[in-house]
Amino acid sequence: MKTNQINEQKVSSDKRTCKADKTTFLPKRSISRKETAELTKQEEFVRKHRRHHHEIASWRTILFVLFLALWEISADLKWIDSFFFSSPGRVVKCFVEQMKSNSMLAHIGVTLFETLFSFLLVICASLLVATLLWYSPKLSEILEPYLVVLNSLPKSALAPLFIVWLGTGTRTIIVAGMSVAVFGSVISFYTGFRQVDTEKITLIYTLGGSRRDAFSKVVLPGSVPILLSTAKVNIGLALVGVIIGEFLAARRGLGYLIIYGSQVFQLDMVITSIIVLCIIALVFYKSIQVIEHQIRIRFKM
Amino acid sequence: MQNILELKNIGYSYHSLHGETRALQNISFGVREGEFIAIVGPSGCGKSTLLSIIAGLLSPEEGTIAVNNPDGSLHYPKIGYMLQRDHLFEWRTVYRNVTLGLELNHAMTKEHLDTVERLLTDYGLDKFRDKRPSELSGGMKQRAALIRTLALEPQLLLLDEPFSALDYQTRLFVSADICRLIRAAGKTMIIITHDLSEAISLADRIIVLSGRPAVVKNEVAVKLTLADNSPLAARNAPEFQQYFNMLWEDLTHENEPNQ
Repeated sequence: MKTNQINEQKVSSDKRTCKADKTTFLPKRSISRKETAELTKQEEFVRKHRRHHHEIASWRTILFVLFLALWEISADLKWIDSFFFSSPGRVVKCFVEQMKSNSMLAHIGVTLFETLFSFLLVICASLLVATLLWYSPKLSEILEPYLVVLNSLPKSALAPLFIVWLGTGTRTIIVAGMSVAVFGSVISFYTGFRQVDTEKITLIYTLGGSRRDAFSKVVLPGSVPILLSTAKVNIGLALVGVIIGEFLAARRGLGYLIIYGSQVFQLDMVITSIIVLCIIALVFYKSIQVIEHQIRIRFKM
Repeated sequence: MQNILELKNIGYSYHSLHGETRALQNISFGVREGEFIAIVGPSGCGKSTLLSIIAGLLSPEEGTIAVNNPDGSLHYPKIGYMLQRDHLFEWRTVYRNVTLGLELNHAMTKEHLDTVERLLTDYGLDKFRDKRPSELSGGMKQRAALIRTLALEPQLLLLDEPFSALDYQTRLFVSADICRLIRAAGKTMIIITHDLSEAISLADRIIVLSGRPAVVKNEVAVKLTLADNSPLAARNAPEFQQYFNMLWEDLTHENEPNQ
């Protein structure tokens, strides 16, 4: 964005010099030489910037391709046992087979749905709780130790309980997904609310506003960046929770596929599912990044 | 001229488990309509506490603050408060920032909005109404903050070191500019400052507070012979140095017992 601005400024100043050129009949050569000198400096900067990005992108690709090649070659040359470690070729084959039988898409769909649903529930629930905590400092003081303990508790320990309480099924898995993210996100939201400049809140009071106005006009809009960064972490955590849930209590989903694959010693299936999970995590992260970017543009933050 | 506010024997303490800190003691003074009062004092003496009490953000532990009407009822002026920084919200346009007070008071009436329009035009902010605060200069931001305050039509304006976030040069111009606008609007003003030159150049009367617990140490009526209307005119007035020395004496003698 910075470079764009610089470019625009450059363009407009160039236009201005051109106009001046026409009206004042200044010697053209000296100006054009100066311009080219300036332009090349600017161009140089842009080029350097682009080159840097190309370099990073190419190294990333090279690393990826090298890894795949090394994996494939070591499997082909029997350096590693492809029964245990699979290989890119076997992964692709497995993926295609699973797609043909239509089961892969269904598994992906189930995991996606469960993750998104528990993510949305986490965001709504933690916004609600954090708001209550902000409204009542006494309540937040009372609940603080409980939140800290629940947040540091390994949530996978709760999963067996959920199964007993809620049975095996989507409900359990969504709850498991929520349990991983919800306490941490309550704490981050509440911390974000608290970090809003107290003078801005005083301003609301001096203008005759209430505590509710302070929340809706200052605290909430002022915490949007923190809400977004917490959301970015939470979507990953929800995925973790959902997979834990599927390990224990599912007949569908990628987590189930991983456990099933390992039990019947079809490690191709396990590794394929893990790679699909990698891609899902990446897509989630990127989508929230895009949303974040859109919001930042909209509100010029 | 009539007093629009009277402070009588105001006292206030801060409490903590380690004990009580007396901040204000026996503070009494009146504020006449249209008057500009500057409050100066050593840092941490309780100036801001006093302003918060006048603004109604804190209630005094002792004393009264109001004006007795002839019929015996208490009268309290409508107050506008300007904080140390402009605190314009970046997620709102300039226009939505200046109408924030009206929005909070559910007072978006045509009459009030007309006042805002007039102020926007008068203060040269009309063409910036749809911009974000970050696109305004420091002086423009202060003007926008002033419109936000004036939109609610307060009688008394309280300014808590309002220009301290600005660099020195901008501050000279902006403080003179804002005070000129407030005078033109016919408002009464109480300004807190630690800058003696600013106090002398802006105020009709200066109230000097002592160190903790703050009592009114001196009241100085300021009369300057002004050559012109520039921000520096007051500072070039022949009496300026005298006032400065007098206030300086007041404040430095204050520190002596501690040294």
